[in-house]
Amino acid sequence: MSDVLLDVRNLSRRFDVSKPWLNRKLEGLEKLYVKAVDDVSFTVNRGETFALVGESGSGKSTIAKLIVGLLKPTQGEIFFSGQSLARGLSGAEARRLRRRFQMIFQDPLASLNPRWRVTDIIAEPLRVFERSMDDRARRLRVGELLTLVGLSPEDGVKFPHQFSGGQRQRIAIARALAAKPEFIVCDEPTSALDVSVQAQILNLMKDLQKEFGLTYVFISHNLQVVRHMADHIGVLYLGRLAEVAPARDLFEAPRHPYTRMLLDAVPDIEMTGRRRKKVEGEIPSPLSPPPGCAFHPRCPFANDRCKTEVPRTLGGVACHAVEEGRLSDLVQP
Amino acid sequence: MTEPLLSVRGLTVEFPTRHGILTAVEDITLDIMPGEVLGMVGESGAGKSMTGNAIIGLIEPPGRIARGEILLKGQRIDNLPPDEMRAIRGRRIGMIFQDPLTSLNPLYRISDQLVETIRTHLPMSQEAARKRAIQLLDDVGIPDAARRIDDYPHQFSGGMRQRVVIALALCAEPDLVIADEPTTALDVSVQAQIIDVMKQLCADRGAAILLVTHDMGVIAETANRVAVMYAGRIAEIGPVREVIKDARHPYTAGLMGAIPRLGENLDRLQQIPGAMPRLSSIPQGCAFNPRCPKVFDRCRSHRPSLSQAEVGRQVACWLYDGVTEA
Amino acid sequence: MSMTETPPRPPATPQAPPRPESRLRRFLDSDIFYSWKRSPVTILATVTALTLILIAILAPWIAPYDPFNPASLNLMDGFTPPVSQGPFSENWFLMGADNQGRDVLSTIMYGSRVSLFVGFMATMFAMVLGVGLGLTAGYNGGMIDAVIMRIADIQLSFPAILIALLIFGVARGMIPASHQESMAIWVLILAIGLSNWAQFARTVRGATMVEREKDYVSAARIMGVHPILILLRHILPNVLGPVLVIGTIGLALAIIEEATLSFLGVGVPPTQPSLGTLIRIGQQYLFSGEWWILFFPAVTLILLALSVNLLGDWLRDALNPKLR
Repeated sequence: MSDVLLDVRNLSRRFDVSKPWLNRKLEGLEKLYVKAVDDVSFTVNRGETFALVGESGSGKSTIAKLIVGLLKPTQGEIFFSGQSLARGLSGAEARRLRRRFQMIFQDPLASLNPRWRVTDIIAEPLRVFERSMDDRARRLRVGELLTLVGLSPEDGVKFPHQFSGGQRQRIAIARALAAKPEFIVCDEPTSALDVSVQAQILNLMKDLQKEFGLTYVFISHNLQVVRHMADHIGVLYLGRLAEVAPARDLFEAPRHPYTRMLLDAVPDIEMTGRRRKKVEGEIPSPLSPPPGCAFHPRCPFANDRCKTEVPRTLGGVACHAVEEGRLSDLVQP
Repeated sequence: MTEPLLSVRGLTVEFPTRHGILTAVEDITLDIMPGEVLGMVGESGAGKSMTGNAIIGLIEPPGRIARGEILLKGQRIDNLPPDEMRAIRGRRIGMIFQDPLTSLNPLYRISDQLVETIRTHLPMSQEAARKRAIQLLDDVGIPDAARRIDDYPHQFSGGMRQRVVIALALCAEPDLVIADEPTTALDVSVQAQIIDVMKQLCADRGAAILLVTHDMGVIAETANRVAVMYAGRIAEIGPVREVIKDARHPYTAGLMGAIPRLGENLDRLQQIPGAMPRLSSIPQGCAFNPRCPKVFDRCRSHRPSLSQAEVGRQVACWLYDGVTEA
Repeated sequence: MSMTETPPRPPATPQAPPRPESRLRRFLDSDIFYSWKRSPVTILATVTALTLILIAILAPWIAPYDPFNPASLNLMDGFTPPVSQGPFSENWFLMGADNQGRDVLSTIMYGSRVSLFVGFMATMFAMVLGVGLGLTAGYNGGMIDAVIMRIADIQLSFPAILIALLIFGVARGMIPASHQESMAIWVLILAIGLSNWAQFARTVRGATMVEREKDYVSAARIMGVHPILILLRHILPNVLGPVLVIGTIGLALAIIEEATLSFLGVGVPPTQPSLGTLIRIGQQYLFSGEWWILFFPAVTLILLALSVNLLGDWLRDALNPKLR
């Protein structure tokens, strides 16, 4: 049942945002780092969708880039079906591992080379991973993939700018599927799309998951979308995981005060008369995160301990108030 | 019956291109009452922002208003010379855009921009204008306004910047505020704050709002009435609650069904097949007909115009024409 | 009524995408061609430039005389004014004859040939060098970037002609005297090319840094595509627009630079006169009344440089969507 495909352990990544060397020396400044991701651990089961939710500056896109190897972690490990990804891949082993995962990006126009025809774009993974494939077989496979994502083989001769946003995302999905991967990191795949198109893409992704047994890491800021897609959810705040829980539990009984706040902030589309709760304050700058629990300046339950001590993750929640049982009475049944 | 604050009659915006004339907005007719919040919702390319821009006279050439008229308190404003239009923008119509940085000059202090705008439109001394500016910043919820007024835009966070823009839009006490995607660039937890501030302040001052957005959630919370746009036309217009709970136009129904809900977890979302047509290839008849599940012959040949479905609700759909064929 | 739609499944017989339509068709339908058609100045510049280039290429076949064949020359025809017959030969001189009795029209035809060849080759050299270094600097960043770009900065802070003179002098010193005559043109190309690469490098580096961050590059990196392939197949086609613009304007600059060097007497050998050499010869006679020896080569140079430059200007506007 719980066959772990991806295991992320104590992942951290900091970025050097210092001024150039000369300016530092002249102005007497220290080196400056931003902790984009700080000690994040989670596991993703095979065939499931694990969602990472967070607002801007939460580090969710950085985690995506770390998983697929676009960035190297400062600390921590990423295991993909038992093999460490973080420590540099090389040679044939690297190619075997790389063909098993793919990524879908937020802006489908930027993720497709504007000078390439759709056929060449979708065929790129085949050229990389199926070197023995001849041109004819490759073109047939591209036609098959285009049909699979709801486009027609004739679309292969066009360029990306000739498509609508939703169609472009379909092309990106076709490319991701070309080399038959088992794991796809989806970084806000629908947030650049209109609602009616978003529904098409989400349905398509679900269908493909069922058909090919895909595992998704799904990154989004949109809780409704996550609710629809995810089996497990991790809530990020300023680079740390606030809460990890099965989707159902998270939505029915959120535990971390930040999770509750996020849920309260979702617009009331059904017009039930529920008022969005006004959330005080804004996300602090990641350059100077608050000490202790990063959420404490906005948290209604913060006490002195929250202001000084970083909460440990216990039972999927990193919160002193939950740990001390101060919140238990507030959880709705 | 009170006179509408803003009245748009048959507004059509065209863009001549080398492949022919594109109609970005066609035959838009709507009224905004004083103090009312009218939402205008639609997907990208629906012409909602273009409508807002046409009202404030900011259509980029070669685009032009081809037909129709726009009346502000009974006075025609669509054919005014640029100078007079500029005086109306800011004084009688305030503007809030998606990206606060397009409304704020990064090189000037907030105080300079607010004071200058106030003094351009209202006869006030420097000190009085500054006092008023501080008061405004306080009203939009900027803490410690008296000190922060001399900061530069980049010293504010995204949400705070948008508050400054709201202050800027309201500083000359306009009758109407056009807000184009005011919360789209903001985080969820900040969106609610901004909507609250905007709504509250306009209500206090009796200003009407034309709220242009793609986000049904924002409309549901903020607007009194909503106009649903599709391919440059109004598909449906009516009170928000009724339109959301009981959509008449198949497009509105599809749009509502496509939004994933927190409360339920369906295996599949409802989806509308296809995509919004490009301006260069708007289908004959009803623009929605190739995607419509209830399409029949007449939809493919004749374009429906907005007609009364019931009191206060108008729908542009042959299903509600009364002479629907079987 | 549900609007749910099941996604289409693959048809029984798999189908491959058809072959793309021709490049010419695409070009004739493109915005670039449309903007070209609508600009009379550009059409005129194109016609002028193409005519001059064609004349230069075809010079050996269409020139009335071979100005470098001593057999066809008559020194006594020297200084024949335009549109008249040489006093000591049957030859007609449409643009007059120079001090050695050479037909000015023919020398211009042969001269543009040399000028264009040097300009074109030097620009190509600068382009290949600059684009290569720009791509490398922009993609790798860090130390490599810093070193390449500082060299470019230093180079850009000196006038190009000064650098060309310097390189020319150094190269001349290194080549044995017996080869100097035959190598002169290549040294000139090297000098002009080396003095112009920095513009290309700067522009390409900037564009590369923008493209590098785009997700289509990320997608290729995730697949493990080799960085050199990413640079050549993904990034290069997307940074070529500005390169084309600089290249065109650079061609005009290189032609003028060559003329300047030849005018100063350090350019091509006198046996292969370029437009610059012709102007140098002509300016000696300007004040003694034989104006045509200077005038016609100078007009040709101006026409050539101007028309190519106008083409470059138009290309820059046409490729920049913000100005349309």
